[in-house]
Amino acid sequence: MTTKAKLGAFAFTVALAASAWGPAQAEDTIKVGVLHSLSGTMAISETTLKDTILMMVADINSKGGLLGKKVEAVVVDPASNWPLFAEKAAELLEKDKVAAVFGCWTSVSRKSVLPVFAKDNGLLFYPVQYEGEESQKGVFYTGAAPNQQAIPAVEYLMSKEGGSAKRWVLEGTDYVYPRTTNKILRAFLHLKGVSDADIMENYTPFGFSDWQTEVAAIKKFASAGKKTAVVSTINGDANVPFYKELANEGIKATDIPVVAFSVGEEELSGMDTKNLVGHLAAWNYFESVKTPQNTAFIKQWHAFIKNDKRTTNDPMEAHYIGFKMWTQAVLQAGTTDVDAVRQAMIGQRVRNLTGSWAEMLPNHHLTKPVLIGEIRPDGQFNVVWKTPKPVPGEAWASKYLAEDKGKVANWEFPWVCESCTSPTYKTYE
Amino acid sequence: MTKTRLFDRNGWIAFLGVGLILIVGVPFLNILPSDSPAHLADYLVPLFGKYACYALLALALDLVWGYAGILSLGHGAFFALGGYAMGMYLMRQIGTRGVYQNPILPDFMVFLNWKELPWYWYGFDHFAFAALMIVLVPGVLAFVFGWLAFRSRVTGVYLSIITQALTYALWLAFFRNDMGFGGNNGMTDFKDLLGMPLQSGAMHRGLYIASVIALGLGFLVCRYVVTSKLGRLLLAVRDAQSRVRFLGYNVAHAQVFVFTLSAVLAGIAGALYVPQVGIINPSEFSPANSIEIAIWVAVGGRGTLVGAAIGAVAINFAKTYLTGSVPEAWLYFLGAIFILVTLVFPKGIVGLAGEWRGVHRRPPAENLADEKVAP
Amino acid sequence: MIRRLRPILVALVALTFAGPMAFAAADDAKLSASVQQLGADDFDAKIAAVGELAATPDPRVVKILKALEGGELYVAKDKKVVRAEPDGDSFTIFEPLGGEKIGTATSDDIDQIVVNNRVRGVIDAALGALNLFSGRRADRLAAALDLVKHPSAASVPALQKAMAAETDSEIRQDMTLALAGARLNSPDKKAQLDAIAELAGSTDPAIFNVLSALRDSPDLDPEVRKADEHAIGAISQRLQLVRIGMTLFEGLSLGSILLLAAIGLSITFGVMGVINMAHGEMIMLGAYATYVVQQIFVGYLPPGWLDVYLVASLPVAFLVTGALGIALERSVIRFLYARPLETLLATWGVSLILQQLVRTIFGAPNKAVANPSWMTGGFELIGGAFITYNRLAILVFCFVVLGVLGLVLKRTSFGLHMRAVTQNRDMAAAMGIPTARIDALTFGLGSGIAGMAGVALSQIGNVSPNLGTIYIVDSFMVVVFGGVGSLFGTLAGAMSLGIVNKLLEPVSGAVLGKVVVLIAIILFIQRRPRGLFALRGRAAEN
Repeated sequence: MTTKAKLGAFAFTVALAASAWGPAQAEDTIKVGVLHSLSGTMAISETTLKDTILMMVADINSKGGLLGKKVEAVVVDPASNWPLFAEKAAELLEKDKVAAVFGCWTSVSRKSVLPVFAKDNGLLFYPVQYEGEESQKGVFYTGAAPNQQAIPAVEYLMSKEGGSAKRWVLEGTDYVYPRTTNKILRAFLHLKGVSDADIMENYTPFGFSDWQTEVAAIKKFASAGKKTAVVSTINGDANVPFYKELANEGIKATDIPVVAFSVGEEELSGMDTKNLVGHLAAWNYFESVKTPQNTAFIKQWHAFIKNDKRTTNDPMEAHYIGFKMWTQAVLQAGTTDVDAVRQAMIGQRVRNLTGSWAEMLPNHHLTKPVLIGEIRPDGQFNVVWKTPKPVPGEAWASKYLAEDKGKVANWEFPWVCESCTSPTYKTYE
Repeated sequence: MTKTRLFDRNGWIAFLGVGLILIVGVPFLNILPSDSPAHLADYLVPLFGKYACYALLALALDLVWGYAGILSLGHGAFFALGGYAMGMYLMRQIGTRGVYQNPILPDFMVFLNWKELPWYWYGFDHFAFAALMIVLVPGVLAFVFGWLAFRSRVTGVYLSIITQALTYALWLAFFRNDMGFGGNNGMTDFKDLLGMPLQSGAMHRGLYIASVIALGLGFLVCRYVVTSKLGRLLLAVRDAQSRVRFLGYNVAHAQVFVFTLSAVLAGIAGALYVPQVGIINPSEFSPANSIEIAIWVAVGGRGTLVGAAIGAVAINFAKTYLTGSVPEAWLYFLGAIFILVTLVFPKGIVGLAGEWRGVHRRPPAENLADEKVAP
Repeated sequence: MIRRLRPILVALVALTFAGPMAFAAADDAKLSASVQQLGADDFDAKIAAVGELAATPDPRVVKILKALEGGELYVAKDKKVVRAEPDGDSFTIFEPLGGEKIGTATSDDIDQIVVNNRVRGVIDAALGALNLFSGRRADRLAAALDLVKHPSAASVPALQKAMAAETDSEIRQDMTLALAGARLNSPDKKAQLDAIAELAGSTDPAIFNVLSALRDSPDLDPEVRKADEHAIGAISQRLQLVRIGMTLFEGLSLGSILLLAAIGLSITFGVMGVINMAHGEMIMLGAYATYVVQQIFVGYLPPGWLDVYLVASLPVAFLVTGALGIALERSVIRFLYARPLETLLATWGVSLILQQLVRTIFGAPNKAVANPSWMTGGFELIGGAFITYNRLAILVFCFVVLGVLGLVLKRTSFGLHMRAVTQNRDMAAAMGIPTARIDALTFGLGSGIAGMAGVALSQIGNVSPNLGTIYIVDSFMVVVFGGVGSLFGTLAGAMSLGIVNKLLEPVSGAVLGKVVVLIAIILFIQRRPRGLFALRGRAAEN
């Protein structure tokens, strides 16, 4: 190839890259950042959440925008790369000057961006159930804390209705969420009189695909005569081979029920659910719940994504609630100023999609109903149990863990702290 | 290349000139008031610092790949080990400011109910010790690994794959919470370095300058090695290993030396990287990361040192830019760039620049016979 | 709860069937009332209704219970229980007992009757007991096996009744075991000893547990206890053997998966020397081809055909990925034969593009690829050794692929040309072999095999854009460990890695086991720098 031709090709490459320059946004808009992985391992789960926020933004713009301005979503791709999350968060806050960021899925991605949100005084809405033990000033946790998912699920399985389970397998992926959840669950089970001999705890790596040994171990553990249940905190990718192995090994929900905290409608849509009927999941939302809000939401989602087969799921509801609350707080504050909005957020109420009210608490967590669903052959869940009223989210597992005893997260005067045992400010007498 | 000197006069001027611009220019633009049009946004300083660390890492790989013909697909491991050593120091500096306020144990150990600090964490509360480990841990690992591999004459793609196995094994191991390195979450929430708060403009500028200086010194070291007699021996090893051995040279010694040196440079790059991005976790060990390093080197131009650094900065800049502007299509662009570069500019950006200047010098990376995979 | 209900239900069924078979048709009014009660709000009422139904000797009961379990029963607006079948966006509703069509309804008009695991357990027990008398052999076998695992004295009459009518020897054997299990707790010492002797020959872990429970019961006759302990010892010895056998099988199964993932690479990388980072994406595309074929079968062909979709996907996946491989070779790789290490760079780029392409076309979430019915479930080889059909099928499939590939290489002229080109390209060209075409076809063959591997791997794991990245590193390890360029080496490499991994896993845990294996590979390569089966001769020396 001649030098000239090579230069031509080089120019082409540069042009290719340059074609990526978007037109500059000139008009005055309110920007919100969307920080969800669109490529890499987490794209499987996070892409849907990006679309959810785009849908909410389109919705509010069709109703005339916010404070008389259009809302504009700034989408970036942190590519399932944790340092890149921090970099993109800084870019959103400092370069694009977004009013709020909706994003993150994994614990590590959240941990990675926390210093950035603290330094740049940003707002992050984090929509996924997580391990708790945290309450940051600039972060609103719209997913479940452990007391809003794990503990009610285990209580259900212990009940007569849930099968009176006596022996427990805690099967998880080796990272902080399963470790924390299982630590809390073990403490809870001890309180309920379950001995360590009746608890089996096991961890496997991310994306684990060969479950033969583990499923055989579960079978063996369960054959000891007492009713056994499996509490699964297995993450994302590893679930499909796990459930395929369970189904093919003939483990039925009536024998050994498996309750999962990370398997929702979207995960099930990637599995053959005929042989998984009856296994359980604990969430704060199920697509199958019939309420006017939910029916409208599903309709809106199908119209937006132009696919009637797409499911909705719990983190989507969390983003729905988070976005609505943020717009309410902006309206109440009359500005998108972060400090004003952050204070206005506490106490905001939004009707969640299952009919009850979600309220933002002073610890930046929500009140949420806990629903237990059993897998149906069509990949949806039958709600078989729900808490009578919404459960307030607790940042610290102070009821169960010695190191959390007495800890309070409260961002209202006089407390104003992530974790303290007495108020930071003494009230004026 | 008959004289063994680092640069000619123009070379020195260019080297010092670029160095000065980078060291003075970026911090100066950042200090400007934020309403000034020339102001450099705060978040860009650690970003540029990160690029400098990547450039140093690419340089380290180019030293072994471009000059000694050792394609390591495990250099990410040395980078990450340096990073972890720095991370352990930064963790110990948090002290009682952690979530559980334990003066000795990092939060994740408190959480896993560990009662005392494991032995391999001893000493990391001192910066000097941590600095030593940043150099020593990757260096010793590379030395042992290289000694085993080169002594048994493992070459070519076999070597590449076992270096990949090395980083893969470390990747899996560091994911385990029981290892005592924080598992998947790794280490975050760092507070300060050498007693100064980490999240401050001055610290960011300081770390950036340190990274650029490290890059410059790393460049000089590599340049010194490749222009020395050893450098020419390495080239000969790359091109015809057996002949060099027949001539009576100890090939393995030269290879072990350059591999260890390269690992040390990678470790230093990792150590500077961690405080600037604020997190170190096992994904740095992932085999894909290490492959990417090789790609930076190839895009920039293998066997040129400068090219490696340019490639690292160019690709990472493209990544930063494209993930923000075309988040859903950037992989198409990046993939297309890789294919195009391989097909059209086999000598990378530097090679292209050379042709553009009409200079048709024979670049060192010409005869790659030794890398040919056995048919 | 279920445990306590099961014997009662079995006894009920036994009584029903023990009576004269010439009963009058069940009282329809009573039956309807029970069916109507299924629509009650609380689960206790539903369970009571299921119990009533199970005790009603009417063939329609089985249908009703199955419909309830399958989620086909609904409560209409007028509180009447109906059976409904989805029909597009609406439902066609039927009389639950008679089956006459009543009309249509939308999803707003009817509410599904929810069953939970507790209700499902009771239904299963009722159906299971009914199944002892079923006309289908499989039903009876399953029912008998179920009673082996959950022995109870209450089931004895039903079992005896069923056994009298049973002709199949396997089912009879299971029934004998179940009877023995049921007699274990009999007050008669002789009966107990007989039962223990009967059970001692089994290797079923369930029976092991039943016997262990007996040993732990407080006031046991010393003679019985001794016999019991003896039986437990014998079974646990056999169980250990079974466990070792199973570990080997698990190892072979993991090995077969590694092998399938690596065979294609052993051609593109091993034979051709291309460091093919896009290999994983070829597997991924094969899996997506399977998904597309499945969707076509679901959408356009009668449901009965669905079971063969997997077979139909094999050629589709092979052709799609093979063609893509050829295109890739012609457009990119052929320019890089002189610079093999740079194929790494270009194929890495290809892999990024293919991943994103699939994400754009199919979306990022996983896709569901169902096991066809003949690959669902498994069978018990002997007690405690449960072999799943999908793993067995993959094991067989990987050997078939390897065998056919071996034949192609050794027995066809294409194979001859291929070997000639890879051994000495210039000489092959001089002999008139069209080397360019052979290169393209070879790369296509490797890619096509990767695509077929994707079909198989879709049966055990995710179908997602990241599928390839899961397998690529392991595939390279297998090929290099076995010896680049040696098909047999790839086989030996994959199988030994699989078995060692599975042997280590119970001892060290899944992660450490794999770490140990990787370190072993590194050390092994130091000892044998060219893998298990190194090519010899000049060609191997660069």
